[in-house]
Formats: sequence, C-alpha cells, structure tokens
Amino acid sequence: MRKIEARSVIEAVRDLCIEANTRLPGGHLAALRRALEEEESELGREVIERLLQNAEVARERCIAFCQDTGYAVFFVEMGSEMRISGGEIGTAIDEGVRRGYDEGYLRKSIVRSPVDRANTGDNTPAIVYYEPVPGDGLKLTMLVKGAGCDNMSALRMLTPAEGIPAMKEFVVETIERAGPSASPPLTVGVGIGGPFERAALLAKKALTRPSGEPNPDPEIAGIERELLEEINATGIGPAGYGGTQTALAVHVESFPTHIAAFPVAVNLDCHSHRTASTEL
Amino acid sequence: MSRTPIHLETPLSMEDIEPLKSGDVVLLSGELYTARDAAHARMKEAIEAGEPLPFDLEGQVVYFTGPAPARPGQALGPAGPTTASRMDPHSPMLVERGLRGMVGKGSRAEAVREAMRRHGCVYFGAVEGTAALLADRVKEAEVIAYEDLDAEAIRRLVVEDFPVVVVNDLHGGDLYTEGRERWRRRKP
Repeated sequence: MRKIEARSVIEAVRDLCIEANTRLPGGHLAALRRALEEEESELGREVIERLLQNAEVARERCIAFCQDTGYAVFFVEMGSEMRISGGEIGTAIDEGVRRGYDEGYLRKSIVRSPVDRANTGDNTPAIVYYEPVPGDGLKLTMLVKGAGCDNMSALRMLTPAEGIPAMKEFVVETIERAGPSASPPLTVGVGIGGPFERAALLAKKALTRPSGEPNPDPEIAGIERELLEEINATGIGPAGYGGTQTALAVHVESFPTHIAAFPVAVNLDCHSHRTASTEL
Repeated sequence: MSRTPIHLETPLSMEDIEPLKSGDVVLLSGELYTARDAAHARMKEAIEAGEPLPFDLEGQVVYFTGPAPARPGQALGPAGPTTASRMDPHSPMLVERGLRGMVGKGSRAEAVREAMRRHGCVYFGAVEGTAALLADRVKEAEVIAYEDLDAEAIRRLVVEDFPVVVVNDLHGGDLYTEGRERWRRRKP
C-alpha cells in the first residue's frame, strides 16, 4: 500500500488553485486563437484579442485573469492501493484551497449557506468528487467554476421517444437563453444518461476534458460536432456582441440510463475556462 | 479596441450620452463606483428608510464588479464585470435618482431599459473575463461604504481610458439583440 502524505496533497492543491486561475490551459488558448481567425464580426474579433491579451497579462504578473475565481471543484481519482497518511484527504484539499486562494490573491466567493449568505472567508469548502480507480496513484483535476455561466446551466428529463433531436434542441435552447450572460465564447459540457444527478455531474466533468478533444465514441463525437455548428449559428458571438464564435468546444459525456429515461444536463463554462491537473 | 473610440469624462452629462449609439466603443476616464448584489440591496434599504446614499448619484457611473484582492503595488485586484441582470430589481430606483451610466455584462430587463430611456442613463458592456486588463486602467481605489461586504463593498475608483462598449443607448438600441440578429444563421 503506497502512502501519500496529506502535506503533499495540501501543496499540490494550493499550486493547482494558483495555476488554474492565472494560466489558461494550452488547448483552450489554441481554441481562442483559432476562433480569432474564424470570427467574422469585427467587434467579435476585438473581444477575442482582448481575451488573449488579458491571458498574457495574467500569466506574466501571476494574477487572476477573471475576478470570479469561482467554486474550487475537484475530481479526484483515488488509487485503491494508495492511502493518505498524516491527515484526511478532504481536510487536506480544503487546506490547500485556503492557502491557494490566500497566497494567490484570489477572491473568496463562497457563502456558508444560500440562506444566511455569510462568506466563509477562505473559499472553502472545496467541491470534491471522488472516484476509486485501480493502482496506487492519486490524480487531482481542478475546475475553477465561475457563477455567471454556472447560473445559466440547465437540466431536463427528456423521454426516450423525444430522443437525440430534443436533446440537441435543449442544449441550443439553453445557450440561446443564456445569451451574453454566460460570457461566450463558451465551453459546453453536456451530460446524458444516468439518473437526474448523474447527468449534471457528467456535464460538469465534461468541462475538464482537454478543449475540443472528441468523445471516443464516434456517434457521440458526431453529436458534438453538430452541436458546435448549431451553437455557432445562434449569432450570439464573443461577449454576446454578435458573431460566429459562440462556443469553442462541445464535450458530451454519456452514461447508462433507465429504459424510461433520457436525462440531459448542460453546464456552461465562460471563456475563462480554467482547469488544471496533477498526479501524485 | 480598434474601432475609433469615444473619450468620455465622468461624471457624465446628458450631452455626453445623448449621441451614443449601441456598438460604440467608449473609453471612460474619471470616477466609477463599484457595487454589486449586496451593495445594491443595502442602497435599496437606505432609500426605503429615507437615509442618504453613500455617494451622490447625479451623473455618476456604477460598475458591477467585485474585485479579487490586490497584490502589493496594484490599485485594485482583477476586476471584470459581473452579470448585470441580478441588479435589475434595484437599478431603476438609482436611475431615477440621477445615475447616468452602468457598466456590466449581459442583458437588462425591459423595466430597466425603460427607466434608462426615460431618465437618461446608458448601459455599457465591459468585456467579461478581462479582469486583469481592466484593473490595469484603475489608477486609484478606495472603499467608501459597506466595508464589511469585502469584495462587495462600494469602492470609488479613478480610471483612465477604461474600455467599454455601448449596449443600451437612449434611443432604444440594444447591441445584444442587434448583434445576434445580424449574425444568426438558424431560426430562434
């Protein structure tokens, strides 16, 4: 049984918080540059140029490129032949978030309850999803999730008879309704299948996939391409000022579901698409 | 931005904003006041209680933002616009009291747009997610009210060439609607 010190987890999480908030992932930057070439609206191109300049300034000065430094969401793959020593993993992740958000000059945006709305002061608790995997590794994938775009996300329980056409229509409808509020150009996470809550989780996890990497299932990859085309035909464009680049990528994740069900969840991510990952 | 920008100095007069058209690129210099969800809720309470507001609204521009902490040497931490529609329930009462501009992102409710046309107020979009760039244009920042709200406190900023785009002008123009219709290639 391999041991990993809780201390190492704390440090890794702190570093992920700072990295994810100050450096856009390479794949996402490449997608923005491609969008700059393809965008037909002049104002749209100017918006994308500003986004690229902003990313440069943030990287050079190690400051957050968006003030909404979000929920700290973690997908944790825990090897079954590994254990954490000197502490508990959830506590270690929270401590890493506390340090990362303090040392990285990141905004603390979490309130302890939707009712009293008192800020927890350190951006904890982290939102953590654990997945047991074979082996003795520990992989931490962070998604910094801003609220503006998360607020525009949606879930619908379709029937099997409504099927794929209704699923696509719902995805595009969600983006039409969000309009400029989700801060396009977007990365779109779609979860289909499972019961209610699984679809939502899949949609969120889909956002952590490297930008534009297709689903390994060719049929689903085809749906991703069709959705991207449909979304870019809405005309919403960069910052919602109008244009041809409303989304940079659509990632669909699928899971087994019930004979009577076709859940679909859409989780939108703004152009400050922030993910980072590390293995211990 | 490369379109010829219009330079405006705050506080704004009616003459300043009357000629503006949706889609115009504007560089704002002078004072901006930050306020978002919680500060708006407090200003509403103050108005209802007949108490004075933390600053005189006449001709001023409110910026919907909650900055991240500043690093030493910076006037303000990263500060991009937040979604303006959350302020929709509160904006008309400020517009009625002389507010001449708002800076945020996302569409406004018809009630807000109507109040803006009637009382003379323009809604500007700042490019969301360019918080590091926008903070660069902030030369001074001080908390003037509701300090306990931290990122949501009201700050008086002094900005230089702060880049915004006119979304809603005084003549019914709406950049979000016009831009989307111009580039739409599918039925709504």
